[in-house]
Parts: sequence; structure tokens; C-alpha cells
Amino acid sequence: MKAFSNKKKLRSYREFLYILPFIILVAIFSYYPLYGWAYAFYDYVPPNQPTVADPIFKWFQKLFSNEVQIKNTVRVLRNTFAISGINLLCSWFPMIFAVFLNEIKCRPFKKFVQTVTTLPNFISWVLVFSIAFNVFSTTGVVNEVLKGLGLIEQPINFLQSSDHMWFKMWLWNTWKNAGWAAIMYIAAITGIDEEMTEAARVDGASRMQIIRHITIPSILPTYFVLVMLNIANFLSSGMEQFYVFQNSFNTDAIEVLDLYVYNTAMQGGYSLATAISILKTIVSVVLLVVTNKISKKARGEGFI
Amino acid sequence: MKKKESVKKTHYKVSFGDRLISVVTYFIYSIFAFVCAYPFYYIFINSISNNDLSKRGKVLFWPREIHFNNYVQTLGLEALPNAFKVSVARTVIGTIFTVVIAAFLGYMFTRETLWMRKFWFRFVAVTMYFNAGVIPWYLTMAKLGLTDNFWGYILPTAVAPFYIILCKTFVESVPKELQSAAEIDGAGTLRIFFNIIIPVIKPILATVAIFAAVAQWNSFQDNLLLITQNTKLNTLQMVLYNYINSASSLKALVSSTTSGASLAASLATAATATSIRMTVTIIVVTPIILVYPFFQKYFTKGIMIGAVKG
Repeated sequence: MKAFSNKKKLRSYREFLYILPFIILVAIFSYYPLYGWAYAFYDYVPPNQPTVADPIFKWFQKLFSNEVQIKNTVRVLRNTFAISGINLLCSWFPMIFAVFLNEIKCRPFKKFVQTVTTLPNFISWVLVFSIAFNVFSTTGVVNEVLKGLGLIEQPINFLQSSDHMWFKMWLWNTWKNAGWAAIMYIAAITGIDEEMTEAARVDGASRMQIIRHITIPSILPTYFVLVMLNIANFLSSGMEQFYVFQNSFNTDAIEVLDLYVYNTAMQGGYSLATAISILKTIVSVVLLVVTNKISKKARGEGFI
Repeated sequence: MKKKESVKKTHYKVSFGDRLISVVTYFIYSIFAFVCAYPFYYIFINSISNNDLSKRGKVLFWPREIHFNNYVQTLGLEALPNAFKVSVARTVIGTIFTVVIAAFLGYMFTRETLWMRKFWFRFVAVTMYFNAGVIPWYLTMAKLGLTDNFWGYILPTAVAPFYIILCKTFVESVPKELQSAAEIDGAGTLRIFFNIIIPVIKPILATVAIFAAVAQWNSFQDNLLLITQNTKLNTLQMVLYNYINSASSLKALVSSTTSGASLAASLATAATATSIRMTVTIIVVTPIILVYPFFQKYFTKGIMIGAVKG
């Protein structure tokens, strides 16, 4: 009996040895970098050796130290809140997109629309920017058409201005993601009981009434989860989209938190950038826990 | 079946309002489709049209004076074939790593015999929800010698918790008897994985592979952060980004490709900054456009399973 349990133990250790290399990879690439948070408490300008910051929270205080920095901090936070806020406020768009797409009875057309509108989700932000550059450049199709229609005399330099930047960023984000985001709702709609809609139809309900009283209520739970996830990621707008669209004319309006961290670091502000990262992570984790709690309360299960 | 359909149709009649909705819907969705598809088409027709017309913005709806010189010239640029190789290499190697590891760990985390199974699973899964930030990550990579190093593209994303969870869920849905029967026959942990698990979970592996491949092909941020000296390791995304942003270097490129090649090269086919930009864009986007329609069902499946989990 003892030999048997020993053998079992041996196997469980051996199986652990199989996964050990991958556990080490996770430790190195996900856990070990956390140690780098220490740089927020040091003065670190490579290639010099880091020295302990004095006072210890120097870099955290620096964010609100002088007028210029405060202005910067407020500006970056305003950009982040505005862009994430617009995205959150318009997060119903993919849902409505799915609802009315479902109303299209011609299957080939439906399939075509679905394929074409989900495609942009799979190209990189660099490619999106390249498309924007080509389509909206001074000799691009948009300016040519506007000129042809006699709406403008001089071509507009769309990409080199900070006008309506938040809205433009939302538009590009929607162009890239909406079709893909709609797929989840389309699946949810497919799951609706046919008999329910059929019964409503027999009772003389119009399509709008069916949409309002059957379709939308049945996919609201899905929407709710996505809104919660959106809130949890409020500060993490990512940097790629904003990095590629960034130029010297629009930086003021486009610099969100993630991009600001990168730009600060590139100017040598390693310690300051790390301090911002830490603050961001703390807020994000709090948001995640709170939204998960709300989700648990509202529908009995969280999303973590 | 036919009969049922006809019965359905006579049950209610289509009101004017419903018909109006139909018309409006078709119209609006045609616009959506156009907005998503036209930019690709626009860039494509420009890349094969008379370069002079294209530069002046005269090619809008159909190609004019078709030629393929741009592709010949662009593929002759120094940076491009190399970047193409790097992009293909990281996509292939990175995908293999991610998929194999996701399958293996997904399987191992279902094995109750594994030492401290629950703990290790959480140890991996929780990394989805935090990251240290750009600077600490970069400094770690520098310390490991992974800056200016091809493996910097592969190793950090090799263990992908989300895909591991997908695989684990799938393995759990496979009847346990399959494994225990093999065990009685004397198959070890690894034998079961290769001979039994892999063939069964192929569908989910296809989904994971397609997502991992697209992510690798599109990846830009790691290139931006990690490659500082060794520009030979730049990917297509980076090269394209540089072409868009540095008009001056592009001009030098243009003159170097045209001057030597043939002074006689007419205005129509000589490379311009616009033509190179558009041609490279098409080259970078083509693999995605070719792959996407055929694998759409795998993509769709991916988001479904993710949704159930999420």
C-alpha cells in the first residue's frame, strides 16, 4: 500500500516537472517585472545606477508638484476619460447593429455585411492608420470628393489637426471593432425562442414592437456584462491606436494615460512613468473588483 | 417543410411600417459595408494605377492605366523582403509555441494527479488581470537579453492564459473514460496527451491557432519597444509605419529606386511616396484578407467560447 501511494506521489511530482518550464516562463514575464515597480521609488536615469528617491514618494508627488505638471496630468486624465467615456456611452451601438442586421432576411446580403464589417477587426492599428492616411490625406478620396461636390475649396488636413480628436478616435475604434462586437449579440439573438416571436407576430405585433419587447430585453444581459468590462478597463485604453495617430499637431488631445506613460519614458522619465503605471494598476484593480461585485449582485455571477 | 413556410407567410401580412424598416435597413447596412470595404478597394486600385494620377488623387472608383510596376519596385526595396521574412517567421514560430503550450497546459490543468494543480492554474490564469507596465516589462526584457532579439517576439506571449483556459474547458468536456481507459492500458501522462487529447481537441486548437497567428502578424508594440539597434528584426508593421511617417526617408527611397533603374521610367510608373505607401499597405493586409473569409467560422467560435467564459 505504501509503495502504491509513493508511486502516486512520484507521478504527481513528475507531472509538475512537465509544466515547470512554463510556470517559469510565466514567473519571468508576468511576475518578475512587478519587481520593476521599485523604480518608482528610486531616481533612475539610465545608464546611471538608481538611487533611492528622497522623499520616497517623490515621483508620485511630482505628478501634482508644479503648475505645468498639474496641467499635463489633468490634460491626460481628461483625454483618457473623454475617449473611454465616449466609448462607454456609445457601447450600445454594436448591439443595435446586431439587432437590425438580424432583421435582414436576405441571407447572402446578411452574410456579406457581416464578413465585410468584421474584417477591420483583424487588421493592426498600423494598417488602420495607413488606411486613414491614404483616404484622408490632402489628395485622398475624401478631400477629392468634397472638392468635387464643391463643398470645400482647399483640401482639409484631417490627420494633422486636433479638432474633434476624441470623436475621431471613437469613429476609428468603431470602424475597427463594431462588426466584431456585434457577433456576440447575433449569437444571443439566435438563441431567442422562435415560438415567442412567432406568437407575437400572430398577435399582430409589428417588427419594431418585437424588437423592443422581445429581442432587446433578451440580449440586455450580454450588454450588461460588456458594459461592466468596459468600466473595468476604463483607464486602459491601450496605446497602439493613439500612438500611431499621434503627431506634433494633435498630441495635446490624443495623449491618453497609456500613451503618456510611454512618451514620458521615452523622454527618460523612467521613474515617473513607473509611478503612473502603479497608480493606474491600483485604480484598474479596484474598478475590476467593484464591477465584478456589481455583476455578482445583479446576475448572480461575476466575470472573473 | 415547404408547406410550413407557406403557412407561416399567410399568417400575418407585412405592414407598411415593417416594409419601410426593411428598406431603411438595407440602405443603412449597404453604407456600413461600403465604409468598411471601400478603403481596401481604394488603396488597391491606386496601387495598380498610373502613379501620377494616383498621386494627384485622381483614382477614386476604378483603376486607371493598370500596371504592376509598384509591386515589382516595392518588393525590390531593401527593407521589405527582410521584414516580410521576420513577420512570417514570428507568426509561424509564435503560433506553434502558443498553441502547443496552450494545449499541453490546458490538458495538464485538468489532471487531478498534478501536484498543487489548483494553485498553479490560478498562478497562470491571474496574469490576465494585471501587468507591470511598459517600463518594468522593458527593463526585464533588457536584463534577459531579449531586446534586439527575435525571441523577444515569441517567449513573452508563449504562455497565454486565455487560450489555456479555452483548451482546459474543452478537455474537461471530453469524457473522462477515454483517459482512464488509456491509463489502464498503461499509457503515461504524455502518451495520453499526444495520442488521445490532441486528436480530440483539434477544433479548439484551430481556433486558438488562428487567433494567435493574427495577433502575431499584427503585433506592433513589442517591435516598437524591443527593437532599438538591430533594424533587421523590424516586422512589416514597423516598416509600414515608418514609410507612412517619415516622408523624407521615403523620398530618398523613391529616388534611389527610380534613378538607377531607368531614367526613362515614365511618370506613370515611377515610384512615388504615395505609391510605395499604398503598395506596402496592400502587401501587409493581403494575408489577413485571404485568411479571414475561409476561417471565419473559427473566429466566430473563438468569440463564442470566450463569451461563455467571460
